[in-house]
Amino acid sequence: MINRIWLGFLSIGVVAALVTGQPEMVTRAVTEGSELAVHTAIGLVGTMAFWLGLMGIAEDAGLIITLAGIIRPFVRWLFPDVPLEHPAMGTILLNMGANLLGLGNAATPLGLKAMAQLQELNAHPDLASNSMCTLLAINTSSITLVPTMVIAVRAAAGSLNPAEILGTTIIATTCSTAAALIVDAYCRYCRGPVGGGKKC
Amino acid sequence: MLVPLLEMVSYGAIPLLIIAIPLYAHLRGVDVFASFIRGAEEGLKTAIRIIPHLVAMLVAIELLRLSGVLNLLIQILRPLLIWGGVPAEVLPLALIRPLSGSAAFGLTVDLINTHGPDSFVGRLASTMQGSTDTTFYILTVYFGSVGIKKVRHALLAGILGDIAGFLAAVYICQMVFGPT
Repeated sequence: MINRIWLGFLSIGVVAALVTGQPEMVTRAVTEGSELAVHTAIGLVGTMAFWLGLMGIAEDAGLIITLAGIIRPFVRWLFPDVPLEHPAMGTILLNMGANLLGLGNAATPLGLKAMAQLQELNAHPDLASNSMCTLLAINTSSITLVPTMVIAVRAAAGSLNPAEILGTTIIATTCSTAAALIVDAYCRYCRGPVGGGKKC
Repeated sequence: MLVPLLEMVSYGAIPLLIIAIPLYAHLRGVDVFASFIRGAEEGLKTAIRIIPHLVAMLVAIELLRLSGVLNLLIQILRPLLIWGGVPAEVLPLALIRPLSGSAAFGLTVDLINTHGPDSFVGRLASTMQGSTDTTFYILTVYFGSVGIKKVRHALLAGILGDIAGFLAAVYICQMVFGPT
């Protein structure tokens, strides 16, 4: 799927640039896009190293396993394929917690760590497992309680009540997460455990 | 009351984690510095591993943006939005939000500053910015970091979640902050 979408983005973009007589935009997109990619990744290097370092300590102290055991009953129905007391469960909880608090810097490293742990359980290494799709659904729809960045921007712009959008944001994000999880559950149910076979 | 409390938790969580985890581990006899380095090395590798995936995806997205395809899409969708009572100013944000986090954040800041943070557009943009995340970025980075090539239904779930989030933001803002 990503294959075709990527190819579609590329060809539509290039054709549109040529048709509108601005072929220089192709070069600009290549330069700016790849620069942005490296900037983003390099920007992540420090925080990734720090948060996964902290995770390393938590792991060695047995904290992740403990956490996994505590929350398992609550998120078991979301990740039924993850075995009892697997550390992935603890990392997923920390990833969700960081998202809830609007700590994007911590959420991405924790999410990637959870992904690596889910990959260990995955029988088909280049095919996304059910649990991976669910983790993605939760992260792409962002479960935020405190949109820290937005509140800061509103305050800087002189809002009388910068945090007034908290309620509307929580309701909207709940709707988006619910929708993503429903689609995820529906597809999982229709397509069976390995995917691709049955069509809905 | 609830808002300052939530903000306090949000700002207090990081210092608390940074002090509590190493301290607890130390008391359990863990060599905290060595554990940290081991974890951090793994983080470094992951951050480097996602670069090719990010380059591929971000170049494609920049191509769509700079070639004017996104603008064309906005022109096509605009009448539909106005018909539905949605201010057309937020349409670029709705389309960019799943594709590029930094571009969407820039648009939100611009909308808030142009229309005022307490205007309907400003409030709606704020709600939209916080209610979903950059679907394509997350998909690329998360799956790229572990070498997943077939994403199955993850993209569909992400995109439908984004659409649901946008519609919900419009509806809720109209209910709470009054009509446009």
